[in-house]
Amino acid sequence: MSQETIIKFDKVNKWYGDDFHVLRDIDLDVAKGERIVVCGPSGSGKSTLIRCINRLEEHQQGHLTVDGIELTDDVKAIDKVRKNVGMVFQQFNLFPHLSVLENLTLSPMWVGKMPKKEAEERAMQQLERVRIAEQAAKFPLQLSGGQQQRVAIARALCLTPKIMLFDEPTSALDPEMIKEVLDVIVELADQGITMICVTHEMGFAKAVADRVIFMDQGQIVEQNTPEAFFNNPQNERSKDFLSKILGH
Amino acid sequence: MKHQPPPQKRAWSLNSSATRGIIFQVLTLSLVLAGVWFLWHNMQENMRIRGIESGWDFLGSTAGFDIGETMIEYHPSESYGKAIWVGVLNTLKVAVIGIVLTTLVGVLIGVGRFSRNALVRGLCYGYVELFRNVPILLQLLMWYLIFIEVLPPSNEAWNVAGLFFLSKGGLSFPFPTDGVGQVLAGAAIGLVGAWFWRDRKQKHFELTGQNSNRIWGPAALILMFAVAGWAVAGMPTAWNVPEQLIFMVDGGVAATPEFMAVLVGLVIYTAAFIAEVVRSGIQSVSAGQVEAALALGLNQKQNMKLVVLPQALRVIIPPMTNQYLNLTKNSSLAVAVGYPDVVSIANTTINQSGRAVECIAIIMLVYLTTSLSTSAFMNWYNQRMAIKER
Amino acid sequence: MADTFIPIASRPSPVKVTGFVPWVQGNLFADWRSSLTTLFVIGLVLYVLPGFANWAIFNSVVRADADACQAARGVGACWGVVTEKYRLILFGRYPYEDHWRPLLATSIMVGGLVLSCMRYFWKPWLVIMWFGVLAVFFTLMGGGVFGLEPVRTDLWGGLPLTVMLATLSIFLAFPIAIMVALGRRSNLPAIRSVCIVYIELIRGVPLISVLFMASFMFPLFMPQGMPIDVLVRVVVGITLFAAAYMAEIIRGGLQALPKGQLEAADTLGLSYWQTQRKIVLPQALAMTVPTMMGNFISIFKDTSLVFIVSLYELVGAMSLALNSDVNWRPFKIEAYLFITLVYFIFCISMSRYSLWVEKQLSVSKAR
Repeated sequence: MSQETIIKFDKVNKWYGDDFHVLRDIDLDVAKGERIVVCGPSGSGKSTLIRCINRLEEHQQGHLTVDGIELTDDVKAIDKVRKNVGMVFQQFNLFPHLSVLENLTLSPMWVGKMPKKEAEERAMQQLERVRIAEQAAKFPLQLSGGQQQRVAIARALCLTPKIMLFDEPTSALDPEMIKEVLDVIVELADQGITMICVTHEMGFAKAVADRVIFMDQGQIVEQNTPEAFFNNPQNERSKDFLSKILGH
Repeated sequence: MKHQPPPQKRAWSLNSSATRGIIFQVLTLSLVLAGVWFLWHNMQENMRIRGIESGWDFLGSTAGFDIGETMIEYHPSESYGKAIWVGVLNTLKVAVIGIVLTTLVGVLIGVGRFSRNALVRGLCYGYVELFRNVPILLQLLMWYLIFIEVLPPSNEAWNVAGLFFLSKGGLSFPFPTDGVGQVLAGAAIGLVGAWFWRDRKQKHFELTGQNSNRIWGPAALILMFAVAGWAVAGMPTAWNVPEQLIFMVDGGVAATPEFMAVLVGLVIYTAAFIAEVVRSGIQSVSAGQVEAALALGLNQKQNMKLVVLPQALRVIIPPMTNQYLNLTKNSSLAVAVGYPDVVSIANTTINQSGRAVECIAIIMLVYLTTSLSTSAFMNWYNQRMAIKER
Repeated sequence: MADTFIPIASRPSPVKVTGFVPWVQGNLFADWRSSLTTLFVIGLVLYVLPGFANWAIFNSVVRADADACQAARGVGACWGVVTEKYRLILFGRYPYEDHWRPLLATSIMVGGLVLSCMRYFWKPWLVIMWFGVLAVFFTLMGGGVFGLEPVRTDLWGGLPLTVMLATLSIFLAFPIAIMVALGRRSNLPAIRSVCIVYIELIRGVPLISVLFMASFMFPLFMPQGMPIDVLVRVVVGITLFAAAYMAEIIRGGLQALPKGQLEAADTLGLSYWQTQRKIVLPQALAMTVPTMMGNFISIFKDTSLVFIVSLYELVGAMSLALNSDVNWRPFKIEAYLFITLVYFIFCISMSRYSLWVEKQLSVSKAR
């Protein structure tokens, strides 16, 4: 990982309505190629944090810069940012009326203005990367949850993004499918892409993360290397959270 | 292990569900057939006693009554069969025009429920609640009453630019005298050309990734061919223009107040239901789909066209077709305002010829044909478009 | 990287989002298109509303004075027609002095309907209660016993007729619909075909043709010499019509039931009819309540069609009341508006109830 900052949160604050202060004074620098895991209790604002990065959520105060572009109401800036940021959702959100291959070629063709053949070649490459190339002609609802999530990862990769965001990618999966998805993400991590992953899977965090960020009540409470965080949490809230997660 | 044939079934047994099933069906069918025979026999008896004739020959006899508005030439000296056919055409006329208009209005209102403007949202909501909760018959009667009471008499019709006249006698508007057929034929050819144009554009897009507008070109093509059709017809410029005479408005094409009442009533009533269908169709596409599309960099237009509409349409079209069927069936209420649709004419025929059974059978046949063919189309469409699942 | 952690307290947002002004700004004046629309709508309302309010309220005549109404024609609404004729409109040709009877009968029936809507009363004895309500209704309306003057059924009209037709038809159609729905899903081809033919036939034709059939052909079907009351014919027609639609709704509910329920019942040794009665139907029917309500609203609206076969429900009663009275005949629009209001109140109450039931059912499903 280089020292160049690719995402910068500068005193970012977000409210839902007038009173729900969901992100409080977030200061965060993400270096290029860095792999970050964000964890915390539900309602802590971790999903909101990463959804601000590709402007699926808007922040009201502070400055958020992604790859040199500041995120404001400027639609063109938002479009540029989204072309460089790929996102994988908890509920997969594959387009059910399109085949797997069509799901992947949609954005390159319509946003990237790529010819169909080239888009399909790139799509097949990504499908092979996530080891699901044989399902290219199938439709999303014909696949299992783990397969669908891998297709979703491939779809995000088709944009050749600089940053990949994962919003609890395995939370909606049956236990036996979690491993196949996590393996794919681990492989990605080894290829130098900047990653921010919101997850409860602590084994994954230990294996892959350069930094673990613990959030609670809208604030970054603690951030450290995985070993330091899991073995020696500094804060009461972190200790409390870890005891609940690692207890069973 | 040697392949063994399955064990032989026992011959038959009163306890086996198969036998019981057969016995049950035989019993039911016999009951149904016995019931039908009973009713049929009574009917024959009663008709004989009351001197009611039966048979389809009456369709050839003289009708003897006039029909208020017809799409084809008709004279009271023609047969009942012809009169009923006029009724069928009138039903089709109001149904087809009604379906087109109600789709427009319904989609606008359904989409309006999602407007950013609260007044628009509220008005659309109010529209749906108001017109869904009042019987259609009442609405038809009210529109008819409004047209009759509020509109001026024919000797002083309201007019717009001297071309459109509105009065108790109806709505008169100008219409070209010739060339309509040729223009339509030209437009049809243009439509085929437009289809090929769009197909070529799609292939070009897939080959190079360059997307260009696919609306203006084909539209211009259709227009061009329509103009060509007009030229082939000898460039007719004559229009049948209505004008205000002392007692009435003459000329042009007239839509009677009965037709307008039925059309407006049906369109406004059905649009409320279509608006609901459209609304629930759009809502059925989960927010996550839109988020995924946005995250992939699609803009709002592309999002609508590629992700939301294809999914929404699959949910919308079956109930929408059902509403079209309802509109067609509701047009049967035209008999209450005096619009001569097939039910109205069949009713007159029953009163004159006494052939109630045959006429009711004709009415039911007309509507059944429409419904069943629409259902068949719906089933075919659903199977083709179904989202493939495990 | 272990900085000391200072918890940050929650602050209110610097940009107010709730409240009247932000709402107006966001919902009415969000962008130029929205602002223009808002101004246009407000302008339209200001243009139309005073005129309409004048006509409907300020210049209107409420007393039952035909001359005052004539004088106010075009300027003010004649609500006097309602004041004068409301009893004729609401009760039809029923004998004037006995109007308390249809009033009481309708109230009892509406009361029964309201009770049936409350979950507390969804017990088997509800059916028995309904037999009681219907018996009371017909006794009160028909008379001939307990010293009540007999009243012929063709004199029944107005609101009691509407409510009675809708309720009775649904009540009678229910068992038929259940049978047909079960038959439609049966494995026995003969049963299934008969049910399919019935459903598709009825759903493919307009109600008016079914009413015509019932009206013209029913007497022909009966053994010679057996007169059939007009009301009976119409009830049979509407019942057969409603049953086909209800059968499809119930079939939807049956289909939505997970197969595991049937399998569990099988393993418990229940027979086909026991399974249907105790396991399948209770669950399937509960799932269909919102759609059923929608169907009931449709049937309620459709009773207005009996006007075409000469039964004088609200619309027919009104035509009768006004056509025979030259003084009040010009004021049909106001009378129509009155009837519209009556139907609207009934239908919108039913649809609100239906929405409430839907919410209740989804709450019980959420864990």
